[in-house]
Amino acid sequence: MSTADFGKVAGRSARSTGPAGSGGPDCPTGRSPSGTSGALPDWLAEVGRVALGIRRRVLDHTLRNNGGYLSQACSSADALATLYVRLMKLGQSIAPPVPLPFPGVPGLDNPAYVTGFGYNGPHEPGLDRFFFSPVHYALVLYSTLIEVGRMAPDGLAQFNRDGSSVELIGAEHSPGHEVTAGSLAQCLSQASGVAMARKLKGEPGHNWVFMSDGEFQEGQTFEAIAAMAWHKIDNVTVLVDANAQQCDGAMSKVMAIDPIVDRVRAFGGAAVEVDGHDPQAIVAAASAPVPGKPLVIVLKTDPCRGIPLLAARGEKLHYVRFKSAQEEETFRLFLDRMAGG
Amino acid sequence: MEFVTRPHARNLVRFAEDKLRVVVLSADLTASCEADDFRDTYADRFFSMGMAEQNMVSFAGGLAREGLLPHIHTFAVFICRRAFDQLAMSVAYPNLPVRFCGFLPGITTPGGVTHQATDDLALMRSLPNMTVLECGDATDVESVLDVAHAVSGPVYIRCLRGQVPRLFPVADPMRLGHARVLRHGAGVQGGGADIALLTSGICTEEGIRAAVALRKRGVTVEHLHVSTIKPLVDARIDEALCSAARGVIVLENHSIIGGLGSAVAERMAELGCGRKLVRLGLKDVYAHGASKGYLMRKYGLDSLAAVQAAEELLRDRLHISNEELAALDLAPAGPSVKAEDL
Repeated sequence: MSTADFGKVAGRSARSTGPAGSGGPDCPTGRSPSGTSGALPDWLAEVGRVALGIRRRVLDHTLRNNGGYLSQACSSADALATLYVRLMKLGQSIAPPVPLPFPGVPGLDNPAYVTGFGYNGPHEPGLDRFFFSPVHYALVLYSTLIEVGRMAPDGLAQFNRDGSSVELIGAEHSPGHEVTAGSLAQCLSQASGVAMARKLKGEPGHNWVFMSDGEFQEGQTFEAIAAMAWHKIDNVTVLVDANAQQCDGAMSKVMAIDPIVDRVRAFGGAAVEVDGHDPQAIVAAASAPVPGKPLVIVLKTDPCRGIPLLAARGEKLHYVRFKSAQEEETFRLFLDRMAGG
Repeated sequence: MEFVTRPHARNLVRFAEDKLRVVVLSADLTASCEADDFRDTYADRFFSMGMAEQNMVSFAGGLAREGLLPHIHTFAVFICRRAFDQLAMSVAYPNLPVRFCGFLPGITTPGGVTHQATDDLALMRSLPNMTVLECGDATDVESVLDVAHAVSGPVYIRCLRGQVPRLFPVADPMRLGHARVLRHGAGVQGGGADIALLTSGICTEEGIRAAVALRKRGVTVEHLHVSTIKPLVDARIDEALCSAARGVIVLENHSIIGGLGSAVAERMAELGCGRKLVRLGLKDVYAHGASKGYLMRKYGLDSLAAVQAAEELLRDRLHISNEELAALDLAPAGPSVKAEDL
């Protein structure tokens, strides 16, 4: 990179309001949409296919392992599918389809170390970048990468295996990850630093951050929004999976923080709330940036969406482990119907 | 002795002039950390981050991932205590070249316990990938950024501000992993001294005083000024530790737990030196707000404390008074320091 470029702050990149469609060179889905009805645009059908595939893979995995972050797949599948299929301008994956083993930690004695960013394509000035914050959703992201053709299905066999990079809670070496975000609320600050540097370099590519609503209990999130507003870091769009759940249970019982939209606006960011299961609404919101401000799209989501059986568990949704053989069988039958239908 | 006014302020501007990737981040302590000249000279490379250290540290990690060289400026205590997790996960784990310029190390501030970084070295030493440097005089301050610049990963720097004494020649800059062997008075020292005295930061001036007084009593002292606290890999240090006939003294402006004293203890044990070690520093206590001189005496960070430690190792009374040590006028008539200025 040219050091001479620093100090030259580029204006906000002009983003197309019509993002790349599915099947284009930037969205290597590797599959053709299925189950399209006549009225649906191709990309919308593709989002539906990917989202269904995510839920199915995560449920399948949860059954195989008797445990998994299943409700997070239900709440976030549609948004992640919309990001990968419609919103983000990414290059083809440059990472091995089946992830390599854990590469060791970054350091002087590990010069060959690379993060998992390559699954989202190369780092190029004109391409977008993706930053994944709630990395306990890692299984959901891995499933997304498989559904959009960026990771081989066999890659999931490495999940949570000793010596694997496909870790339970993703770190920056994990597929699709490029920062270490497991201590929640650090990702947005890191991504905003990357976005600021990209502005200084005059790079037009956009920066997408995926967050969970619980992270808005952390003070650092609001430090980041205030700083982004102050420094006019507007090449960042944040999608928040507001599923109203956290580890201890429903956020309404742990510590309610609604309305997130008002809080973000009070700190200088732009914010809008949409139905997180409506891809067209998500795309519309993302296509209306506010100059000079980071845009936070709060996705109201249902942690049982697509797998309504989960609702019977009440508030025990953060990490799903089946309590009886009967419950497991009920979910297995449901998976069979999903797979068939 | 010469005093240099605001050496870091001037040096930062010089250092950054031809290094366009250098950016400075400040958390509302810009002039207090002598980054104001940089701000005024290179406004487009200065980022005011407000009183929000956690975001500042993670943000710096993001900048560094894109090839910039962020130099964070705030008080040492706020870098280390307020944002330790961010420092570990957003910067140290990915081994990013962020430089943490931490001011007011130890008891150099009357600001009291909230402003006194007395555990920062313990915290920073414990982080993999982190290099830890400490300045002891104006020459160190004027060369520390260049030392850090040659390190590919993160660097934590204990900086000095304001009126800083010059103990070392300008032509003899700080070097990474290279302790300064200090010669006091006549005669050549080296292997086989009675006592090895290792000092760092502002305590080196005290160590010089103690060493000069001890020599007048016929006690030989191998005195090393340590500026690379981590990694502590230096053959000079190893030799001094294992060759001191009566033992080793470490004098530092930090808790005796986790700082240079601890690092030396670990090294001595690994080397099998079999020597006695006296660690001088804050003895597992917090300090409070008062003048530097008062606090150094109260907590035993001064030359008299070093002399008393030598007496303990020598099992002898040397009859060196505080008045005698003070009369060794190493720092005459320096401009008055307004330590209250935050």
